[in-house]
Amino acid sequence: MKFINLCFQVHQPYRLRTYRFFNIGQDHQYYDDYQNRHIIRRVAERSYLPANRMMLDMIREFGASFKVTFSISGPVLEQLLQHAPEVIHGFQELAATGCVEFTGETYAHSLASLGSKEEFIRQIEKHRDRINDLFNQRPTTFRNTELIFDDQIGQTVAELGFSTMLTEGAKHVLGWKSPNFLYCSAANPKLKLLLRNFRLSDDIIFRFSARDWSEWPITTEKFVNWLNHVPEKEEVVNLFLNYETLGEQQREETGIFDFFYTLPGAVFSHSTYNFSTPSELSEKLQPVAPVSVLYPISWADEEKDLTAWLGNELQDEAFGKLYGIEKEVMACDKPDVMRDWERLQTSDHFYYMCTKWFSDGEVHKYFNPYDSPYEAFINYMNVLSDFIIRVDEKDEPAKEAKSEKSVAKPKAKVKPKTKGKAKPTTKVAARKPRVKKATTIKPKKKN
Amino acid sequence: MRVLMFGWEFPPHITGGLGTACFGLTKGMVKLGTDVIFVVPKAYGDELHPGFRLINASDITMDFKDSQQQEFWNKINYIEIGSNLIPYMEPEEFEILAEKETKKTSEKSRTIFSRKFKFSGKYGKTLMQEVSRYALIASSIATQYGFDVIHSHDWLTYPAGIAAKNISGKPLVIHVHATEFDRSGKNVNTSVFEIEQKGMQEADRVITVSNLTRQIVIEKYGINPEKIVTVHNAVEPSGRPEAATIRKHVKEKVVTFLGRVTYQKGPDYFVEAAHKVLKRDENVRFVMAGSGDLLNRMVRRIAKLKMGTKFHFTGFLAGAEVDTMFAMSDVYVMPSVSEPFGISPLEAMRSNVPVVISKQSGVSEILKHAIKVDFWDIDAMADAIYGILHYDGLSKLFARFGKEEVDNLKWENAAFNVLEVYKTVL
Repeated sequence: MKFINLCFQVHQPYRLRTYRFFNIGQDHQYYDDYQNRHIIRRVAERSYLPANRMMLDMIREFGASFKVTFSISGPVLEQLLQHAPEVIHGFQELAATGCVEFTGETYAHSLASLGSKEEFIRQIEKHRDRINDLFNQRPTTFRNTELIFDDQIGQTVAELGFSTMLTEGAKHVLGWKSPNFLYCSAANPKLKLLLRNFRLSDDIIFRFSARDWSEWPITTEKFVNWLNHVPEKEEVVNLFLNYETLGEQQREETGIFDFFYTLPGAVFSHSTYNFSTPSELSEKLQPVAPVSVLYPISWADEEKDLTAWLGNELQDEAFGKLYGIEKEVMACDKPDVMRDWERLQTSDHFYYMCTKWFSDGEVHKYFNPYDSPYEAFINYMNVLSDFIIRVDEKDEPAKEAKSEKSVAKPKAKVKPKTKGKAKPTTKVAARKPRVKKATTIKPKKKN
Repeated sequence: MRVLMFGWEFPPHITGGLGTACFGLTKGMVKLGTDVIFVVPKAYGDELHPGFRLINASDITMDFKDSQQQEFWNKINYIEIGSNLIPYMEPEEFEILAEKETKKTSEKSRTIFSRKFKFSGKYGKTLMQEVSRYALIASSIATQYGFDVIHSHDWLTYPAGIAAKNISGKPLVIHVHATEFDRSGKNVNTSVFEIEQKGMQEADRVITVSNLTRQIVIEKYGINPEKIVTVHNAVEPSGRPEAATIRKHVKEKVVTFLGRVTYQKGPDYFVEAAHKVLKRDENVRFVMAGSGDLLNRMVRRIAKLKMGTKFHFTGFLAGAEVDTMFAMSDVYVMPSVSEPFGISPLEAMRSNVPVVISKQSGVSEILKHAIKVDFWDIDAMADAIYGILHYDGLSKLFARFGKEEVDNLKWENAAFNVLEVYKTVL
């Protein structure tokens, strides 16, 4: 018997608004609330809601033999709770069927695994608690942001009590090995690894509606036929997709929902496959070999490395500055600072700064609010600069408040001299609403 | 293949990017084995012309008795009529001219009998007259030299191109580096417009320097899109390695505007963006290099905003001075309201200077490693300037990618594309 391990990533970031340098130190409204609400509603209507309904129908129709797994990020949970709570209810209904597994991930959908071990652990635990609260299930499988994995990350994840981890079936790591087996981490053999079959997964994500592709259209019959061509001894096909593939990336008109809806029936009647979840698989199957990954891999592009998020000068500076203030952030421990700290870590911000998409357009431009990585970087750095000021100020809030009062009197005396300096601040304050107006009118950017 | 090319200016005597573009393109064509006869109204004698013939139009002897000349004389008439509507004319001048107009025939013969026409070689008040005289000379050149294609650069030389076409029967390609709509905004000079439109209509092919310009030629001049081809400009590899050794002598970062200080180039947006940046960060100096009719207004505005100690004017720069200016710059800004192409950002990038360019420029169609803003969006412009000055990652990345990108824009490639255009009419 063979298995299909169908896993969906559900994630939407908090996109930043156009935040100019004049806003630094003036206001702390970092997010494009209108855009974010608009997108989350749109994605909910086009994708999450119909997809959830469909999954529920499939589970009702096929009973316990249809299984599906979700990784839901913190930012999308928060946004859904605020703007589309019915999607959360849908996931709760799915959770109640017992046919659905929820995996752990970093709460902020961050790259913390590469920036700070402490933060990585903190976010995993926060996310695990949140998933437990909402869906009454404590994740035992871990899916890192963008399927990023190396031996060290695996070690940390294993130490946190996860039994299984999902990552990419990167060719340069596997070599001649097939991704269609259960493996274990060489660094800590207790941690089982399930590797994405990127060819079959990407056939759906990217090529489902590509009319210029020789295999178009993919029908369930054709897909099951491909599954049947997987060598006999191989055990599991890991299909890891974005949940938005259903209905958003691949619109309803492409037939994507019909494809999934008819898939289990075709699988059961024309193949020896069964659906299963990661935690079940790591119980059922024996790991065939250890896999060692010295340099981090991910599920991105051809390279399957980190270059979509890190590596160019822009990304490295932003990333370095961000994690450089971790200690100060932890020290001040204010809810609003913590909230922004997490939201600024979301991997999408670094993705927008990627210069690779100059040649690799399509995929990266999707959901990207910026025209160029340069704009993305400048905007992010403006926000980060303001955030750093806030964090630094919060270091000694009591002192400052006092000193301001005590200085207030002498200041009045020296007024004639400081006039020149005092003026600009009042001017800037007077100008503030104008700046704000300009930026709220402007966002006519795509998406 | 031999090309008869009509220009108006040529390095080092240039007032804008046209001369630079003509030079680069001609050099590229010569490299590809094309013969070029380049005609300019007045050669100063020290133009750089490796490998092609530069004819000073003032040196051409007219043989007016030639019957073909006579024929051309009839054809050129419309230009003379157009010259009644000379722009920038003051009443007294008009009076004098009107008087001349009544003695048109005698005036003509007198001019012709002088046998050699003198060209001032600079844009001036008798521009229209010069344009028609240039056309007259063109017909003479057309009979004296053998060639396969005629190529005219910008409206000043379109009548010359048409004249040469009519005399020789060879195909005419006109090259639109700018249109009247770019130069004057809404206050379009109708006689210039007419000359431009006539040139485009008579031409067998129209080359535009960007898709932006191509669109203008289609929409505003009503030209058949099928005969318009876009060939983007390029940039010469830097010829002055000594520029790399230049160090700036101010400790602040330098942000530069370089170009004519005219409506088209959007200098006022640069000034307003500078004001926004300076309010936040005093450690920056802004430089406006160039001259033009808006210069005084800019100086007054700077004074009014009290930025005089941080905002500097250099006047018109050419040659080595330009390289020095770029070597001293940390950011180059081109806020053009309407820029058919815009070579200067490429020159800046060649010197490793990050650039902020307006989306309303042709060059933004081909540049990836530049920050693009709308010319009117001074907030975005200020933000981009501030970002480059403060966030190190940007200038590092620009240094890595920008120069490489520009080095790949070669004039030979542009010349190759121009030759491909010729092939379609031969």
